[in-house]
Amino acid sequence: MAGDVPAEVVEGLRATAREVRRDIVRMTYSAGSGYPGGSLSAVELIVALLFREMRVDPRRPEDPGRDRLVLSKGHAAPALYSAMSQRGFFPREELATYRRYGSRLQGNPDRLRLPGVDASTGGLGQGVGLAVGLALDARLDRRPSRVYALVGDGECQAGATWEGLLAGAHHKLGELVVVIDRNRFQSDGATEEILGIEPLPEKLRAFGWTPVELDGHDFPEIFRAFDAARAHPDRPTALVAYTVKGKGVSFMENTHVWHGRVPTKDEAERALLELGVPPSEVGL
Amino acid sequence: MAERVASLRDAYGAALLELGARDPRLVVLDADLSAATGTRQFAEQYPERAFDLGVTDAATMAIAAGLSLDGRTTFVGTNAVFAAGEAYNFVRQSVCFNGANVKIVGVPSGLLPGPDGATVQMLEDVGLLRGLPGMTVVVPADAPSARAATLALAERPGPAYLRLSSVPLPTVTDGSFVVGRAAELRAGSDLTIVAVGALVHRALAAADDLSRVGLSVRVLDFASVKPFDEPAVLRAARDTGALLVLEEHTVLTGIGALVAATTAENEPVPVRRVGVPDVFGESGAGPELWDHRGLSVERIRDEAWELLKSRGKVS
Repeated sequence: MAGDVPAEVVEGLRATAREVRRDIVRMTYSAGSGYPGGSLSAVELIVALLFREMRVDPRRPEDPGRDRLVLSKGHAAPALYSAMSQRGFFPREELATYRRYGSRLQGNPDRLRLPGVDASTGGLGQGVGLAVGLALDARLDRRPSRVYALVGDGECQAGATWEGLLAGAHHKLGELVVVIDRNRFQSDGATEEILGIEPLPEKLRAFGWTPVELDGHDFPEIFRAFDAARAHPDRPTALVAYTVKGKGVSFMENTHVWHGRVPTKDEAERALLELGVPPSEVGL
Repeated sequence: MAERVASLRDAYGAALLELGARDPRLVVLDADLSAATGTRQFAEQYPERAFDLGVTDAATMAIAAGLSLDGRTTFVGTNAVFAAGEAYNFVRQSVCFNGANVKIVGVPSGLLPGPDGATVQMLEDVGLLRGLPGMTVVVPADAPSARAATLALAERPGPAYLRLSSVPLPTVTDGSFVVGRAAELRAGSDLTIVAVGALVHRALAAADDLSRVGLSVRVLDFASVKPFDEPAVLRAARDTGALLVLEEHTVLTGIGALVAATTAENEPVPVRRVGVPDVFGESGAGPELWDHRGLSVERIRDEAWELLKSRGKVS
């Protein structure tokens, strides 16, 4: 999907992203648990992937030729589920079952329950390795699939993330794109106060990847970065997407507090108002 | 007659060659231990399908899973301590929870990376991995079984763990391994020895000793740890009234614990567990390390004798 994205397409994606944010608030409030902060930061990245960048067909979620997404930061599941439902993978009503017993929408994505999820994740640090394996799988079978891993910045403290990055560069997996949701906060605080990962682009370059820095909430920039990744067929690309933790809800932004805390009824309603839900429809 | 001794990892390597010819999609991964895992011939024959991922045991399991989410058969070999210990949550989540078609081969395993000592003598792997839903666990007793198990696991969809001894072992089976089935290597009615892996030949030696004084000891080779041949254990409990379990694994979480729980629930009989006690291994040479950790033929015979005494079979 190279080239500039028409303005009306970007407008449509922005509307989709707004709906995803509303769903994240409703789902985590309704479930009484979940991870709103890191879900809200990843919204544009996930929407960009599922609605334009990736070749996927909701009617044929098992198509071997499809592109693959590994949501390594599995706790951002509500963002993925909302985007998937809007993309047509399953009915919107099912979002209400998130985290409930018997639901296909598990706390972390479960590929064996929900068609369209390409890998089951949750424990951090495993997604890059999974994506490397998927890219090798496609290459061995001469399938044109591209593979994307959406990785949290906290996960960049995990040794296995860097093991996977070594392997991706060593095997020249140009069809592999790791997207790092650089929202600067992890569960316990700011990454740079807990265990610093900067300078991240330099580290990635030293590991044999092509780093691309971008505003992870800006659709045209996101697509330009994905296009840039295609320019290196024998070298994997790492997008360092600068994002805002809790993006879109003023009191959730730029703090670790909302990493794993869910809104009360009042807070959820305030959040929905901020996200443009008409007052008459805000009531939970 | 001299007993025939053969290498399990050579049998595994040869089986991989067969499988590589049969299944053009089959892939073999190593993590810097290809000399120990016996995969070099495969790598020479099929270089495009052999990947040595270096010292990345955790990511290696995730990569193996990624390769196999759509059904490709991937064998991945490394020391049991790295496969089951270092990489445990990667095996749990990326491989098992994903239902990936990955066959993990733990070699070396048990006490006999001898001189290297405790840090690489893995005695907890079977307990760790048999606890994972969907995981098949197989511990062959000899080379023919290792070959048969390798071929059988390739045919069986889903995650599996194959624990191989790194030392050549006497051939004690006819190589007719079947997943889920225990093999009766010796018929007997006074006592049953449930033996696993590298120590099965010692179980047979102890049974021979006891037969010389007129005792009839059944020996079951329990290479298929999971699925577990419960009927064979319960039949042995009913027929012989007492069980001795022999394994090169910690007694805390090994097959002895499994046999004791199975019989206690269904057919309570005296059970004795002969395995490594609650201690780490240590440096030493060869099979005498087994003796030092309480796995000698004499110890097996003595424990069997105690069981037989408690049953009134000897005085």
